[in-house]
Amino acid sequence: MSVDSNSRVVTSRRMIRSPEELERVREEVRKRRSSVARSVRVCIGTGCAAKGSRKLYELFYEAVEESGAEVQVEAKCVGCHGFCERGPIVVIQPENIFYQGVEEPDVGEIFRETVIGGRVVERLLYEDPGTGKKARTEEEISFYRVQERIVLAENGSIDPTDIEDYLCMGGYGALAKALNEMGPEEIISEVEKSGLRGRGGGGFPTARKWRSCREAEGDMKYVICNGDEGDPGAFMDRSIMEGNPHSVIEGMIIGAYAIGAAQGYLYVRNEYPLAVEHLRRAIEQTREMGFLGEGILGSSFSFDIKINRGGGAFVCGESTALMASLEGLAGEPRAKYVHTVEHGLHDRPTNLNNVETWANIPAIINRGGEWFGSIGTEGSKGTKVFSLVGKIVNTGLVEVPMGMTLRQIVNEIGGGVKGGKAFKAVQTGGPSGGCIPAEHLDARVDFDELTKLGSMMGSGGMIVMDEDTCMVNIAKYFLGFLKDESCGKCTPCREGIPQMLYILERIARGEGEEGDLTKLEVLGQLLSEASLCALGKTAANPVLSTIRYFRGEYEEHIAERRCPAKECRGLFYYDINTEVCTGCGICRKNCPLDAITGERKSPHLIDQEQCTKCGTCFEKCPFTAIMKV
Amino acid sequence: MGKELIAEIISWYEGDAGMLIPIMQDLQAEHGYLPAEQLRNLSKMLEVPLSRIYQVATFYASFRLTPKGQHEVTLCMGTVCYLKGAPRISEVICEEYGIKPGSTTTDKLFTLQAVNCVGACALAPVMIIDGKYYDGVTPESALKMISDLTLKEEVAEQEAGT
Repeated sequence: MSVDSNSRVVTSRRMIRSPEELERVREEVRKRRSSVARSVRVCIGTGCAAKGSRKLYELFYEAVEESGAEVQVEAKCVGCHGFCERGPIVVIQPENIFYQGVEEPDVGEIFRETVIGGRVVERLLYEDPGTGKKARTEEEISFYRVQERIVLAENGSIDPTDIEDYLCMGGYGALAKALNEMGPEEIISEVEKSGLRGRGGGGFPTARKWRSCREAEGDMKYVICNGDEGDPGAFMDRSIMEGNPHSVIEGMIIGAYAIGAAQGYLYVRNEYPLAVEHLRRAIEQTREMGFLGEGILGSSFSFDIKINRGGGAFVCGESTALMASLEGLAGEPRAKYVHTVEHGLHDRPTNLNNVETWANIPAIINRGGEWFGSIGTEGSKGTKVFSLVGKIVNTGLVEVPMGMTLRQIVNEIGGGVKGGKAFKAVQTGGPSGGCIPAEHLDARVDFDELTKLGSMMGSGGMIVMDEDTCMVNIAKYFLGFLKDESCGKCTPCREGIPQMLYILERIARGEGEEGDLTKLEVLGQLLSEASLCALGKTAANPVLSTIRYFRGEYEEHIAERRCPAKECRGLFYYDINTEVCTGCGICRKNCPLDAITGERKSPHLIDQEQCTKCGTCFEKCPFTAIMKV
Repeated sequence: MGKELIAEIISWYEGDAGMLIPIMQDLQAEHGYLPAEQLRNLSKMLEVPLSRIYQVATFYASFRLTPKGQHEVTLCMGTVCYLKGAPRISEVICEEYGIKPGSTTTDKLFTLQAVNCVGACALAPVMIIDGKYYDGVTPESALKMISDLTLKEEVAEQEAGT
């Protein structure tokens, strides 16, 4: 017996020694679970947890304990549902009633009405902002309707700390099938048929990588899961590791069997302590049940997984840098002509895939490569998880079939730009990607299409920007990020990025010169041709893509010393709208330079000579009478 | 503490020098930072040159060579937080307390960390205080939350007073 302090799961786990025994255990668990009449699923993803969902879970748990209801009910913590905008989210099964924005005082009502009474609490349902219609379940909400969930399918329904939940959903069935009915070659062929390409950003065909590693010479081989999700604006992998860790582990075990690897590593970002915790528990439970260790499921195959926490270096998302980090060295990449599938970690054949890639494997084995290959576009199969964030109505985690247009994602799922502002661009691919403007919103999202547009798929961050976002500023942001994160091994990246940043900073200060854009383009090309690793080669993308699509905005900064989005300090000024100003005096009192004058109850005035454009008055004015001009 | 602690941590990893990073992470978890003397001990006991240990310690952002404050304030500087005003938040905190991101206030009240995305983009701008996430942070709310932080000594004094 083991008691889990987090979710209070009490189970007895035993070693399973054959696929038949696995099915027997699965049936036992399902039978035991079938007596539960209603189940409360509280999302403890980062978004909901920040809004107090852990406390909600505690309250539901207490309610269950105290209820003494005739029917058996339960409360569970589950992973991210994706609709972070509307958190905390609580789902009541089996009806799948979807409550959003739940607060502590609502717990009693939900418990009494829905859990015990089976009635819906209307006021906590999601209301469609267009039609005003209330949605009872996920399926009725536009945010979810056009999504297709493979990787995130179970995220909102299973308790990530309880392996039995995963077993109920058919978990480790793919592993049993792979070990029992398929050989390594057959597994690789199935993955090949699926057309799965690496979800970490590069988009390399997964089966080809596996085969090269399988065929490489060496007694000891490794598989690695790259969970060092470093792109700012991306939290897909975090939510998968936190919400459904077993899917990643099962994928890794199947991959290791196909490749012939005996040891696996999960390299998880230092900033994700909950992911580490959930993976650690999942691995423990997996060992207890015999899915990891010696002679897995009675076969002759042995494999185990270790977790390593990253040290907080963006460059370690690059495969060779990650391997250096696993060897206890500074995470510096090496030249790619030595293939890691032959000479990787400790100079041995190593296969590295991203979290989402691994999490797709069980579904491909269960449902077949052909099924997976029927989803998506010619060159990009299956689905992709994106973190849809920024200046958008419905922020959250979405999973869509490859080939959906950016417009559908931004408008149908995302609900359009927030606050009625105009859409300006969507940034994909993190610091290696670029900004895609409105005229390309009908582009289909897949690996090749995004690359054609000067951006890239990347790991899946999708950041929406509105008219108030300055493209020079955003390019400056990414270069500032990359300057800090460049490992410094190769000169083009180490020296080129600061030079480009220097020019951009000048432009943003209103000191741009004619010829600056050409200089940026030349430097950018040099970076892409001469840098050692993929991160350096793509580092100029944020600048090059914004110059390509927003050249006019750069030119305004340089020639007219004006920032049209009014973000670059000094390239616009603050003025008081005398018709709105009530003369309350708050701006005058807060101005650090006494640059604002005016009598009480009469409109105030900013002395432009004295004003340093710090923006304090703009932030403090309760009547939004201060304008950026 | 000292050598015994390092010996114990090393034994968890069976003396494998390849596990240098996890060993240093555990060491930091014990002390809150990496004390110079302990790094010298580590170098000897693991038979890894001190220069390499310092290379690793200064390469990875999560390692600290100086003690941290009693509270940990982490401000996310990811793209979305940046878009939604995180630079201004950082600016006002730094101005108010006369510190820079990565440094600690002189009274050791808190250490301000600026992190390149904490992966909670739906909550932007995000600030984490002692492990708790706060969403939709503004310059005002950030200053308010920090001004509510207290030193352990003060808490002890207050408790002694009542």
